Amino acid sequence: MAEVIRIEALTKNYHTDAGEVCVLKGVDITIQSGEFVAIMGPSGSGKSTFMNILGCLDKATSGNYFLNETDTTTLNKDALASLRNHVIGFVFQGFNLLARKNLIDNVALPLVYAGIGAKERKVRALEVLKSVGLEAYATYLPNQISGGQQQRVAIARALINRPKLILADEPTGNLDTKTSQEIMDLFCELNDKEKITIVLVTHEPDIAEYSKRLINFVDGRIQHDGLTAHFQASHV
Amino acid sequence: MIFMMLQEAWSAMSANRLRTFLTMLGMVIGVGAVILMSSIGAGTQAKVKESIASMGSNLFIVLAGSMTSGGVRIGSGGVQTLKMNDASAIEELSSIKAAAPVVPGTAQLVYQSANWNTQVSGTTPAFFEVRDWPSEEGSVFSDSDVRSATRVAVLGKTVATNLFGDESPVGKTIRIKNSPYIVLGVLASKGQSLDGRDQDDTVMVPITTAQTKLFGSQFKGVVRFIMVEAVSESVMDKAEEEMQVLLRDNHKLRPNAEDDFTIRNLTALANTAAETTKAMSLMLAAIASISLLVGGIGIMNIMLVSVTERTREIGIRIAIGAKQRNILLQFLLEALMISIIGCLIGVCVGIGGAYGVSAFFPISVVITQSSIVISFLVATCVGVFFGFYPARKAANLEPIEALRYQ
Repeated sequence: MAEVIRIEALTKNYHTDAGEVCVLKGVDITIQSGEFVAIMGPSGSGKSTFMNILGCLDKATSGNYFLNETDTTTLNKDALASLRNHVIGFVFQGFNLLARKNLIDNVALPLVYAGIGAKERKVRALEVLKSVGLEAYATYLPNQISGGQQQRVAIARALINRPKLILADEPTGNLDTKTSQEIMDLFCELNDKEKITIVLVTHEPDIAEYSKRLINFVDGRIQHDGLTAHFQASHV
Repeated sequence: MIFMMLQEAWSAMSANRLRTFLTMLGMVIGVGAVILMSSIGAGTQAKVKESIASMGSNLFIVLAGSMTSGGVRIGSGGVQTLKMNDASAIEELSSIKAAAPVVPGTAQLVYQSANWNTQVSGTTPAFFEVRDWPSEEGSVFSDSDVRSATRVAVLGKTVATNLFGDESPVGKTIRIKNSPYIVLGVLASKGQSLDGRDQDDTVMVPITTAQTKLFGSQFKGVVRFIMVEAVSESVMDKAEEEMQVLLRDNHKLRPNAEDDFTIRNLTALANTAAETTKAMSLMLAAIASISLLVGGIGIMNIMLVSVTERTREIGIRIAIGAKQRNILLQFLLEALMISIIGCLIGVCVGIGGAYGVSAFFPISVVITQSSIVISFLVATCVGVFFGFYPARKAANLEPIEALRYQ
């Protein structure tokens, strides 16, 4: 199995009025292709910051981050944008769909920035919408469908450029239990069938249960990194 | 890609119609004002140009008079110091193309039951050359008419219309001061002069006829003024100097005596008038273009608001792979679209306004292509210039901060 993510001695500091705040204090992680990793930790433990760095939305203060064997710390903004477009699919807690665009256009948006023609965009957008079971709503606006459906659309958008890696930041945080389960089933299916590597942040143990590997952050450091079952057992 | 971006810009514009409309209004008024003002300017300039062209080119007028008699200074034309031989002497100068002595007066004209009071000028055939004034019908009188002081007349267009109506005047006999004159021809229309006089309201007769038969001057061979045409514009100054020397010599003036004549460079005067109208129309356009600038600032203002409002949207776009130039282009295109559409409407408003002005006011307007092209280019530049800062602001957003923006 090839490694998708290798992180070495990663730190992240923020400048605030109160002075330097150290959010990540040296993190080393390797994630192999096809893994399903859950990241947990209390508020302020640095898990969201870590996730943003994984998604190339934020830059580390020091340390190395190899994504797909590319050292991201040396890349410029446009190269990072290209990585976000081609390698990573991002799913947010708040869905982050564009309210003015219908579902097809929302899903197809990454393809616009990948430079793909209108016809192919439409075909592929319909295809992924179908795979998440929403092809019937293709021309709806985001505010015309439910939260669970919106998150499916967001997942479809994350999938459209056939990414190696899906990063999900509390994807079920705004959803009820039943819808959360459906979303998690979808992630499992993508992981099983498409062999897409999935990293998701959550603070709910029963959501983390869907993963195979669990990384627990405490105060900017990794406190646990191992099988999900082991961690759950030790915290019951 | 570019079509997609255009669609994107369009949908962003139509998302907030009233605001887009108001932003556009700035451009509409700016461009409309520029086009309207420059049409009025161009119209005025065209009118002045027409008058100047009708005057003849490289023109001098030599007026008699301006002499001091016992401490009393008498204005131009007040004394009769110019003679026929002054005109023929001037014509001999190498820098002079032609010189026409003129004796003006007014007289009552009668043809059958119609009559008309107008200016009757005695002159030589050179006059028609100097003023560049050909006959439209029939012909003008010849040098032999001048030599033998025949009773012939050439009518201005207005006089011909007033005396003859639709009838052709050529060959007919009219009465000037009760003496019969044969009409040789009708002059082509010249229109208004710079000071608004109708140049066509005039009759020309041989100068000798005017002197001896019509007005009967007490001094033989006296003329009121001489119209002079120089060979070219470049010799105008030289011609003026030569004429002065020649006339002083002819009039036997002592070196310390004042000139008993006045030479006026009509072409220079006309050029000054042209310069003035040009400056006026430039000023009009400059004032109008200030509103174009204000329109541009309006666009910038709205684009800045729009970028702030859509920070989250920009964050999403960046997060899923939009490069800086994509975001830059998106907002730049939006600004450009507002200014170009505003400009198109403004062009229509400006042209409509120009026609409106010419319909309701006695102002002539000329809509120039260049004013449309220039205002279009300026509007585009304004769009790019004032759209660039907000667009760059959007493109430089950090993805994580943009996404967190509420």
